[in-house]
Amino acid sequence: MYLLSRRDWLRRFSLSTAGLWAGSIGLSKAQDMSVLGRVQDLSDARLRTFDEMVSPYVVRQQLKNEGMSLTLPLLADNGHLVPLSLKVDSPMTEESHVTHVYVLSQLNPAPLMAMFVLGPWNGKAELSMRVRLSGTQMVVALARMSDGNFRYASRQVSVTEAACVDNG
Amino acid sequence: MTAARLQIPPRIVEGDVFKLRLLVQHPMDSGFLRNLEGVLVKRNVIRHLQCIYHDKEVFRVEPTTGTAANPLFEFYLRATTSGELYFRWVDDKGYIGELRHNLVVIPANQSSAPKS
Repeated sequence: MYLLSRRDWLRRFSLSTAGLWAGSIGLSKAQDMSVLGRVQDLSDARLRTFDEMVSPYVVRQQLKNEGMSLTLPLLADNGHLVPLSLKVDSPMTEESHVTHVYVLSQLNPAPLMAMFVLGPWNGKAELSMRVRLSGTQMVVALARMSDGNFRYASRQVSVTEAACVDNG
Repeated sequence: MTAARLQIPPRIVEGDVFKLRLLVQHPMDSGFLRNLEGVLVKRNVIRHLQCIYHDKEVFRVEPTTGTAANPLFEFYLRATTSGELYFRWVDDKGYIGELRHNLVVIPANQSSAPKS
């Protein structure tokens, strides 16, 4: 009579239970996928051009790519939370200050990510926030100065996990 | 329901430009995502948040769905005199959140210790 050694028995037992486990996990995964398969379809999303991004705000005013800096990570692992900070070189006096700052996205369903209102009472035109990004894209920060002209700064960000799809 | 935390430097002298960090607890549901049951979560984001100092709006932000959950805003303010910093925000559900902070500003002539 062949007696199963302890080692063999353990091996067989673990294999069979592993199979069971895999089966149950596979089943629940399939169920989950049927649910998660219905996340928002972003296939029709396309990258906006720079003009499309800024045209709602800049009509005939001057727009210059100077006197402003935008800091964003080059590679954002998680699009749900991307730190963003910006700085406008402005004395922030009554005569010359930043009035509005627009943070714009090239790919997100909503192009405007946030709008800030500032004034000479702020003393410094520096802001930080955390944005959501729906994919690799360019982020543009647009600042309106008190004389009516605009400045902008842009940054290209690579996003590995988009914020608009839940199942990653 | 929603709460907020404000971080400012411990010592602020009159005329200083100091940094404020405001963290608001809010889900910022974008309206594009579904929950685990597959039901679309209704959009619920903060429509606007303002900071009032001496009865004047000194900072205003209008976030949209592009702002991350539990938004953190950092900005600067020039200190004039002691007073209340009042933050108020409204979201899509109509919920009004508030945060009051008593700002203590040290007058400029008392800021430095007397010279010996």
